[in-house]
Amino acid sequence: MVLWDAAEKKVIASVWAKVDIEADGFQALLRTLHVYPWTKRYFSHFGAMSTLKDIESNPKVRAHGRKVMAAVGDAISHMDNIKGHLSQLSQLHSDKLHVDPANFELLGNNIVIVLAVKLGNDAFTPEVQATFQKLVAVISSALTREYH
Amino acid sequence: MVNLEAAEKQTITSFWASVDPAAQGENALQRLLYCYPWSRRYFAKFGDLSTISAIRKNSHVRAHGHKVLSAVGDCIGHLGDIKGHLAQLSKLHCETLHVDPANFCLLGKNITICMASHFGVTFTPEVQATFEKLVTTVAAALSSEYH
Repeated sequence: MVLWDAAEKKVIASVWAKVDIEADGFQALLRTLHVYPWTKRYFSHFGAMSTLKDIESNPKVRAHGRKVMAAVGDAISHMDNIKGHLSQLSQLHSDKLHVDPANFELLGNNIVIVLAVKLGNDAFTPEVQATFQKLVAVISSALTREYH
Repeated sequence: MVNLEAAEKQTITSFWASVDPAAQGENALQRLLYCYPWSRRYFAKFGDLSTISAIRKNSHVRAHGHKVLSAVGDCIGHLGDIKGHLAQLSKLHCETLHVDPANFCLLGKNITICMASHFGVTFTPEVQATFEKLVTTVAAALSSEYH
C-alpha cells in the first residue's frame, strides 16, 4: 500500500490547482509522441502525426491529452487507493488497447517535464519533483497491475 | 553510433549557448541526489547529503555538478564521435569509480528536468527531443567501456 505524508499531499494539491488539464495534458502527450516516436503506433486512428506541426495541430491529440490528464487528476482524488481506482483502466490497457506498460513511464516523465516547464526552477524544487515522480510511478504501477 | 542530423546539431548548439554549467550542473546533481537517494553512496566524501538543505549547502555538490555538466557540454563539440571522446571517462567510471551505469540515465533525466525548469517554454518539444538524444548518447558512451 502506498503511503503519502501530509507534506506530499499538500505539494500535490497545490501544484495540481495550477494545472490546466487541456493545455498541460496536450503538451505532455505531444512531447511523448514527438520525443518517443514509436508511441504514435498506438494512435494511428488519430490521422496525421508524422511531423511536430502535424501533432500540434491534431485535435485528437489535444482531446486525448485532456482525457489522460483528467484521469491523472481523478487518481489524485483517490490518492489513498490509486491501485483500486485504476484497476479497470489497467485491464483496458492490457486487454483491449494492448499498450506496452513501459510507455506509462514515458508519459509520466513528460508530465513531470511539463510541470517543470510550467512552474520554473523556483517552484519546481527537488522536493516537488520527487513527489510528482512518486505520483507518476504509483500511477504507472497501478496501470500495469492487471496485466497478464 | 548515434547520428544527430544537421538541424538537431544546430538546435543543441544554440540551446547550449544559454546554459550555465555551474548553476544548472549544481541543480541537476541536487535533483539526482535528492530524488534518487542511493546515488549519494558515490559521494560519501562530500560530507552531509542527508537532507535537501544539506545537499543545497554542500559546496562539493556545486563543484561536481559544474564538472559534470561542463563535460556534457564538451560532447557537443564532438557530436560526430561522442563514444570515442568519452572512452577514457567510461573506463574511469567502470574501473576506478565503480559506478552502476544505470545512474548515467538517471543523471541524464535530471539534467533534462533541470533544463525544463530553467528554460520554461523555450525548452520546446524539439529542444527536448534533441536534448534527450544527447543525454542518452552520453549515457551509452559512458557505458561503452564497461566490462
